[in-house]
Amino acid sequence: MSTDLEQFYEIFFEESSELLADMETCLLRLDVSSPDLEDLNAIFRAAHSIKGGAGTFGFTDMTEMTHMLETLLDKLRKGELEVRSEMVDAFLKAGDVIKEQLAAHRGEGQADPVVATAVCEELQRLSDETQALAPVPVKETIDSDINTETVSEEEAKITPVKIPSIDDLPRITYCIEFSNRGLSNAVLEDLYTNLRELGTLENIASAIENVRQLKLTTSNSEEDVWEALAFVVDPANLKIEVDTRSVIAEPLAIEDELSMAKMPPAPGYGFFPGAPAAPRDIDDLESNLNSPQQKNHINEAHGFHKSSNKTTAVASVNETSSIRVSIEKVDQMINLVGELVITQAMLAQTASQFDPVVFEKLHSGMNQLERNTRDLQESVMSIRMMPISFIFSRYPRVVRDLAVKLNKRVELKTVGENTELDKGLIEKIADPLTHLVRNSLDHGIEVPEKRISAGKPAHGTITLRAFHQGGSIVIEVSDDGAGLNRRKILAKARERDLPVHDGMTDQEVWLLIFEAGFSTAETVTDVSGRGVGMDVVKRNIQSMGGRIDIESAFGVGTRISIRLPLTLAILDGLSVAVGDQMFIVPLNYITESLQPVATDIKTISGQGRVVQVRGEYLPVIALHEIFRLRPKVTAVHEGILVILEAEGHKAALFVDDLIGQHQVVIKSLESNYRRVQGVSGATIMGDGKVALILDTAALVMSSQQEAL
Amino acid sequence: MAKTILAVDDSASIRQMVTFTLKGAGYEVIEAVDGQDALDKANIHKVNLVLTDINMPRIDGLKLLELLRKLTHYKTVPILMLTTESSDEIKAKGRAAGATGWLVKPFDPKRLLEVIGKVIG
Repeated sequence: MSTDLEQFYEIFFEESSELLADMETCLLRLDVSSPDLEDLNAIFRAAHSIKGGAGTFGFTDMTEMTHMLETLLDKLRKGELEVRSEMVDAFLKAGDVIKEQLAAHRGEGQADPVVATAVCEELQRLSDETQALAPVPVKETIDSDINTETVSEEEAKITPVKIPSIDDLPRITYCIEFSNRGLSNAVLEDLYTNLRELGTLENIASAIENVRQLKLTTSNSEEDVWEALAFVVDPANLKIEVDTRSVIAEPLAIEDELSMAKMPPAPGYGFFPGAPAAPRDIDDLESNLNSPQQKNHINEAHGFHKSSNKTTAVASVNETSSIRVSIEKVDQMINLVGELVITQAMLAQTASQFDPVVFEKLHSGMNQLERNTRDLQESVMSIRMMPISFIFSRYPRVVRDLAVKLNKRVELKTVGENTELDKGLIEKIADPLTHLVRNSLDHGIEVPEKRISAGKPAHGTITLRAFHQGGSIVIEVSDDGAGLNRRKILAKARERDLPVHDGMTDQEVWLLIFEAGFSTAETVTDVSGRGVGMDVVKRNIQSMGGRIDIESAFGVGTRISIRLPLTLAILDGLSVAVGDQMFIVPLNYITESLQPVATDIKTISGQGRVVQVRGEYLPVIALHEIFRLRPKVTAVHEGILVILEAEGHKAALFVDDLIGQHQVVIKSLESNYRRVQGVSGATIMGDGKVALILDTAALVMSSQQEAL
Repeated sequence: MAKTILAVDDSASIRQMVTFTLKGAGYEVIEAVDGQDALDKANIHKVNLVLTDINMPRIDGLKLLELLRKLTHYKTVPILMLTTESSDEIKAKGRAAGATGWLVKPFDPKRLLEVIGKVIG
């Protein structure tokens, strides 16, 4: 049976990426002064699993690197050497190399063999130190370990294997016979070189065409010989036998010989003589089955086999707790559900014209359809939601590397990693967030000496926090660093001829840092000089329908918060009527709706109309004036006021009437038409008409500006 | 009647490869992600052969071997170690724990079937 291993590559790649991420998490968590054995074991296991897979699937570069990792880690977890931060650095570097190699095998980018070799040498050096310090391990074991792991001729070329002193080890002669069909002379030469490194090689002239016969006398085990050969020669055409005459008394070898007497020696595997169910015991085993107890088991086994198909299925269901689906499929589903929502709304509208008494069943059916559609929509939308830990998890490494570079001591705290966010947003938020974190570290957190003299702990703290607030998700990057310097920012702004004055509020001053090319850094480091600027950060956030706010206190710290909509595709809205038009107001901006009393409406010169709502005067925005429509009512007290709250400001939206609450599918107006001031998008209503979705925040802000 | 094999490995790709290979050869396969999972599944399903990795979280392969051998059904069931550790030390430990034999990783599907065929063929 031939199996194409390529079909397992993808899962191996994904698995290895996960293992690498786990490894990194553990490494970053590792306290060098008192390492947690569990962490060391977990790191070791991750390296080990990657090595196993890489070996199986023939990615020798990865095998080599993980082997070096494993060797050193093994010594660490066995306590043969103390963990040093230098090692953690080397491990992280090795992880990076493996990541690159993985990407290269995936066909994305290329791994640099020079870097790989350097890291390998570093790991080797660190692990050699172990031997210098620790009295226990002997050189031979390590070398022979490498031998057994020499998985291909290619790898052997790169890392010549050193032969240990073998005088005191028992030597066995193996008769090797294989077909050299399809093997070039160069490959054969390499193979011979490898075999010579294992021991003394003797070439026997073969009478049969295309068959090579060799004799190898070595102290290495049969598997080593097999492995040296098996990656070059087709195992089916390979025979390795122990030359019995040559066996120099060695208990284990003889025992193995005996155990395999009844069958030809099997390279790469073996059985323990006398072990339960070892092949030669099979007869005994079956005859033993007559005892009642054993019969019982047979019956159980029979019962099991009858239902084995089913149980296997159940077992595999339990194992696969998640499936990977392409994002296109999910998006297509979301789109279809969006259409379904519209169809359902159309149907509901048509059905509402029928008498609910006569058509009771139709109406209850419609209600149920509405509920089901809503549930379906919610669950489909949740497929796209991912925990923000997906991006938070990359920052420990970013912070660590940068802190080392800048000679700062920083602790990163993450709060609310399980907060879920639309996948599209997750991908887009990563870059701006990285920039903010780097900024906090570079400009915010001070060097330890400065912190101590300011009476702060030497360790700075950067906190990443994510949480839901209303219909939005808020992501905060805060630090306990120097804070923004108002004086400096204003001076810099004047230098750049920006319109500033001393009477500006802090909020307004802080917003200046979002101006293109604005930097108060005295020296431009490669940290802050790289990547996107704050203006790009702000633009990115805005393009996601989000907002960015800064709070800062000089000497105390800075908090930057990003507020994003939960999802980009669906909106809970209130439909309102003005004249013969319908508009959608996003529900999360509405605090209340009311019909005002005429006496509460006041006209203030230069400020337009205001309405008094519970002692508070709010500007009145007349929707018909903004869109130049002919309204059904012109007197404010005859219509309805929808009280909106956005960015800390309130305003009252004057409309003719309220129609109802809908969940609407947002269609971009920009991509279908063009951008319209005061409108954030459009949607298709139940009757097939298009309704515009109001850009509430912009409306409220413009009313504030007028008021000013 | 198909024989059932319990394949224990913490690496999903290896598990998938083993399962695919074995199912292709007509065996039933139950997968377990570590020693503890294997022990639970071995208690529910009385399998005909156990194929286990050595280095795994929670309960490792050697401990699993020991624990399985204490169960009546598994006293006589073949248990093969599937491992990258081909050193004699690991082999000796496996033998002491009651392993039937070993198979060195990396292995190819053909070799896997060959070994299994020898034991429960």
